[in-house]
Amino acid sequence: MTQVLFLTFGALALAAAALCVTRRNAVASALWLVVMFFGLAGCYVLLEAYFVAAVQVLVYAGAIMVLFLFVIMLLDLRKEAPGTAPGVPLRFGAVAAATLFLVVAGLCLVDADARGLFPDAAAREGLTLDGGAYAIGEALFTRWVLAFEVTSILLLGAILGAVILTKRRLT
Amino acid sequence: MQQWLDDLIAGTAWLQALPTGLVYTIGILVACKLILLFSSLLAGEVVWLERRVSGRMQARIGPNRVGPQGLLQFLADGVKLLSKEDVIPATADRPVFVLAPILVYLGAFAAFCVIPFGYGLVAADMNVGLFLVLAITSIEVVGVIMAGWASNSKWAVLGAMREVAQMISYELPLGLSALAIALLAGTLNLTDIALQQEGWLWNWYVFRGPFAFAAFFLFFTAALASLKRAPFDLPEAESELVAGFHTEYTGFRFAIFFLAEYSAMILFSMLAAVLFLGGWSPGFPVDLTGPAARWIGFGILFAKTAFLLFVMIWVRWSLPRFRIDKVMYLCYKVLLPLSVVCVLGLSLQVLLGEVLWGDQSAFGRWLMGLGVHGGIR
Repeated sequence: MTQVLFLTFGALALAAAALCVTRRNAVASALWLVVMFFGLAGCYVLLEAYFVAAVQVLVYAGAIMVLFLFVIMLLDLRKEAPGTAPGVPLRFGAVAAATLFLVVAGLCLVDADARGLFPDAAAREGLTLDGGAYAIGEALFTRWVLAFEVTSILLLGAILGAVILTKRRLT
Repeated sequence: MQQWLDDLIAGTAWLQALPTGLVYTIGILVACKLILLFSSLLAGEVVWLERRVSGRMQARIGPNRVGPQGLLQFLADGVKLLSKEDVIPATADRPVFVLAPILVYLGAFAAFCVIPFGYGLVAADMNVGLFLVLAITSIEVVGVIMAGWASNSKWAVLGAMREVAQMISYELPLGLSALAIALLAGTLNLTDIALQQEGWLWNWYVFRGPFAFAAFFLFFTAALASLKRAPFDLPEAESELVAGFHTEYTGFRFAIFFLAEYSAMILFSMLAAVLFLGGWSPGFPVDLTGPAARWIGFGILFAKTAFLLFVMIWVRWSLPRFRIDKVMYLCYKVLLPLSVVCVLGLSLQVLLGEVLWGDQSAFGRWLMGLGVHGGIR
């Protein structure tokens, strides 16, 4: 049952992602991206990562996508983008990027398998996941605290940049 | 929910013959149906309450003809809206136009599944319950923006933008003031949060120190704004602007937006009652976790919810509307800094209380007692 649901949500996410990059209408694209986020959130739920699923919906579907849609509507991109066939450099770039992604993803999977990061059912028994809130909090504030703080500085920089770019007059 | 179903299966012979998964699925569907009935019927009654209270406040009567005191008015309204023509504008984006009201209603209604109506009376007792409520209600924004865009009308697009800007902004103080309580509780599980407030009145989270007290009012104000209730009802402002994102909607599709709005009111009142006002605790020590007593607990929680709903209506008919720049000013320059102060203050309270007194609320109660003492003197 769980397996079937997981595959369904995964297929939904993949299909929505494909539709997202192939639509010519910017708003339709963005709406398919929202569907993709929901599919992904469903996958997280079935992996018992409820916290991550909630974050996925709250942050991506609820806030970031809405801001995307907001900007698209503000710029009034109602008309469909003209269909120009991608040139040779673009095609070459696409193939190169896809190959790179596949290589990196494959290496990650092999590496994770070698280091035993895929626990079997017996090993998972002892883990108290608690929907992920405690586990994520503990990981963020102990082992990954440096990365966490660096990310927050990065976001702060982005906020300051946005303020400076949009302010008409800096006094 | 699962515990309850397991007990049911163990006690009933013919249920044991069925596959467990099927029983679970049916149980979940029944629970969803019950919640749907509860939220939509109650939303209808809240509409009636709103009209009666506003009538009272404006020295007129309000609807009192259908049913006793007009209690069944919402059924008459529903029939009226159902029998209206369902117009979809010719230039509208049809699938998105049809989907939008459903998404808005989903955002308002689905979050009820993690709200404990009483001890054990919860469809999904999740460890991230509080967070999930905030996540699900944020889906509503997507529905609103879809409705505005799909209508292909400038009034709807402008209305959607006003509304989305307001909802996204007020999500921040709303989330932060709820987070303040999560800090105090040490959990996101709503049943646990309610259980921690059992006992005397001063165990309610709202009375656990000045920061928690302030957080309640911040939460309620931010909830009013994200519900588009007056004095923050600029997104619709039917008396001075073309009514927001649902300008092009008619008949029952419009009714669904309306229902979603009132469902969300009930949701946030209930959440505020669970988070701050002790959940199902009546304010003195009594065990309401027994199989029969939990329904009394439900009654108490319901009374608190009803009171908060009444306050929302009361505020709407008492205060004039804000100007849009004042709404944004209030959010980013008043409520947001104040809620950050609340979060910081509560962290300090928990830390100091645990280090010095061994009780995370002791320091806050002492501060609050000082304030009350000063006030009386």
